[in-house]
Amino acid sequence: MDILNALVAFLNFVFIPAATYGAQLALGALGVTLIYGILRFSNFAHGDTMAFGTAITIIVTWGLQSLGISLGPLPTALLALPVGIAGTAAVVLLTDRTVYRFYRAQRAAPIILVMASVGVMFLMNGFTRLLIGVDEQRFADGARFVINVRDFREWSGLTEGLALKTTQALTLVVVVVVVWALFWFLNRTKSGKAMRAYSDNEDLALLSGVDPERVVRLTWIIAAALMTIAGVLYGLDKSFKAFNYFQILLPIFAAAIVGGLGNPLGAIAGGFVVAFSEVAITYPWLKIAGYLFPDWQPDGLLQLLSTEYKFAVSFVILIIVLLFKPTGLFSGKSV
Amino acid sequence: MSTNRQAESSNPWRAPILFAILAILFILEGSWRSAMFSGSWNTSLAILNMGLISAITALGVNMQWGYAGLFNVGVVGFLALGGLAPVLVSLPPVDGGWSSGGLRVLTALVVGLGTLGLAVTLWQRLRRGWVRGLAVTGALIAGFVLYRNIFDPAVIAIEANQSAQYGNLGGLGWPVLISWPVGGLFAAAAAWGVGKVALGLRSDYLAIATLGIGEIIVAVLKNEEWLARGVKNITSIPRPVPYEIALQQNPEFQTAAANWGFPLAEASGIWVKLCYMSLFLVVLLSIILLAELALKSPWGRMMRAIRDNETAAEAMGKDVTGRHLQVFVIGSAVIGIAGAMMITLDGLMAPTGYNPLRYTFLIWVMVIVGGSGNNWGAVLGAILIWFLWIKVEVWGPSLIGVLVTPLPEGGLKEHLLDSAAHMRFIAMGLVLLLVLRFSPRGLVPER
Repeated sequence: MDILNALVAFLNFVFIPAATYGAQLALGALGVTLIYGILRFSNFAHGDTMAFGTAITIIVTWGLQSLGISLGPLPTALLALPVGIAGTAAVVLLTDRTVYRFYRAQRAAPIILVMASVGVMFLMNGFTRLLIGVDEQRFADGARFVINVRDFREWSGLTEGLALKTTQALTLVVVVVVVWALFWFLNRTKSGKAMRAYSDNEDLALLSGVDPERVVRLTWIIAAALMTIAGVLYGLDKSFKAFNYFQILLPIFAAAIVGGLGNPLGAIAGGFVVAFSEVAITYPWLKIAGYLFPDWQPDGLLQLLSTEYKFAVSFVILIIVLLFKPTGLFSGKSV
Repeated sequence: MSTNRQAESSNPWRAPILFAILAILFILEGSWRSAMFSGSWNTSLAILNMGLISAITALGVNMQWGYAGLFNVGVVGFLALGGLAPVLVSLPPVDGGWSSGGLRVLTALVVGLGTLGLAVTLWQRLRRGWVRGLAVTGALIAGFVLYRNIFDPAVIAIEANQSAQYGNLGGLGWPVLISWPVGGLFAAAAAWGVGKVALGLRSDYLAIATLGIGEIIVAVLKNEEWLARGVKNITSIPRPVPYEIALQQNPEFQTAAANWGFPLAEASGIWVKLCYMSLFLVVLLSIILLAELALKSPWGRMMRAIRDNETAAEAMGKDVTGRHLQVFVIGSAVIGIAGAMMITLDGLMAPTGYNPLRYTFLIWVMVIVGGSGNNWGAVLGAILIWFLWIKVEVWGPSLIGVLVTPLPEGGLKEHLLDSAAHMRFIAMGLVLLLVLRFSPRGLVPER
């Protein structure tokens, strides 16, 4: 019975939160990796673009709510999501037109593109603040729990409860669907194959008649969709605050690099590696240890690092992986 | 940029003219009261002082990026480490702080470092195979457990000591000016460690690695209360210049202020800021002098050769990674000095204030706008961008106020007026993008 309790506590406090967070990071890292693979630079504006897309979605959500439209148990934000994606796609295409295309045509060093993305980051940050302000916004509605603690306790007779929030379940489902759709697109459609060809060998792809500007446009649109979805899921799960999206840049980069930049499969793996290590290292294991070894009374909470160090964890993983595999676990690109 | 840095003929008057314009801006700010300027010398000098510190930070970044092409996005971390120095050097020691656990904390830190060293040695000495993996993992885990067993009780003891007022180790009680070079040393030591691990990485990877380092250093400062009280902040850091109150009570100063024709309170504020300004100018000019001398020496020519073509430099027998480490450490030391100066000027250590947008990315805007590779460019860019950063907060709302006058009264107009304060990010982004596009080598390009 105690092993079951420990298992439930583990699911509740470690596995489900980490899986949800990992899924959100994976979507973010997929966007970073796609941009790195096709446009060949690390996009520092990624976090702030996520915030921007989420802000559009939130505003549309508020509009829908004021009209009395809802999705029943599901959050209304899902209905607003397509508008958010379209708006973000329009904005990133505009930045590509006005900013990045110039440097691409010049064949400027990748670091110049990175620098330009810092400029875009400032702009996106400012626009997001103009649009929705700096305060914390909660926009999750609908049913709060799929499984709630009390029902689970009554059903199972365990002392430890299990909760599964709607947003967590939704995140996992949406991410599976999105990842499946992305891989189907990359592996089965002509445009997807063109993107992969362009990413693998630019010159060869150009020789075979791939239109580079089209590939770039597609990349931005897909990245915008991934960013907005990741941002909205993260916002639904935690809450929306523009600055948090800037901070999430580090774990997203860490995930993309741990998996291997430019490798979509790696981005997903990296997202989960980073999320699970963050949660496992900052979670106080005392409760679970208490179920497993009832006679053992340790002094502390059995927490390896305090929660504030969670960004540090992603970075340490990054360094360790890079020391042993300089291009990531799945052997990504290095331009 | 790194492939296209050949000097082109540039107007020798360009830098002096731009500096003159900058000076006029500060004079207007000090003397002309209007919608655009405050007309207060106190404000003008306050902006200038912070601008000078930003200029020193920008010089450090310029050494790393402009001379060596290293993309360091962890500026905020090195600034914060430098800021630790005034706290540890010039604050008076806390009664009972050291005796309650100081030595134990130091022992723990030595144990932690020793564990890392042991793991590295094991990794290098043992042969490839599962024995090596097991030994290294075992050493790391055992070391970590031992470290936490010494560290945690010591920290609890220190933080329990007079926790309302102190709860930290305190400082050495030395003059605050000594802490400036110490701040440089702190940052340099950290940079050496970071460089050893991360400098082998490609530019983008290095950027992200340093971004992480910056976050970690700030996280440590926020959490390790025994060190600098964390988010409880440290106030009343000693000053190298007189206090305004002391000046106002000094009869000599009272007559001097009357002669200048300034009210006493204003005059004392201006005097203190002028004192700071002279100190900062001495540091800034010495660093520029050293940097220019270094750049014009064979060492500087070698650095630029490495930056412009690493492969060729390596073929000539230059130790590229070694030189990169060297310039990374020197640049970070300069950033650390600026960090210590900033805390001295503020008189306050507040780790939550270390925001990477402001202390990393804004510094980068300064360097790019000013002219990477050129020390005077970096200084010009830093002071100019800092001036804009402060003034846009005033100009943005008035601009939006003018723009929204035709709009009807209501929610939208109010929302726009309320959020006008966020204009500064948009302005900075625009400045950076415009300069990158139309003058990629900056306002004062490298000669």
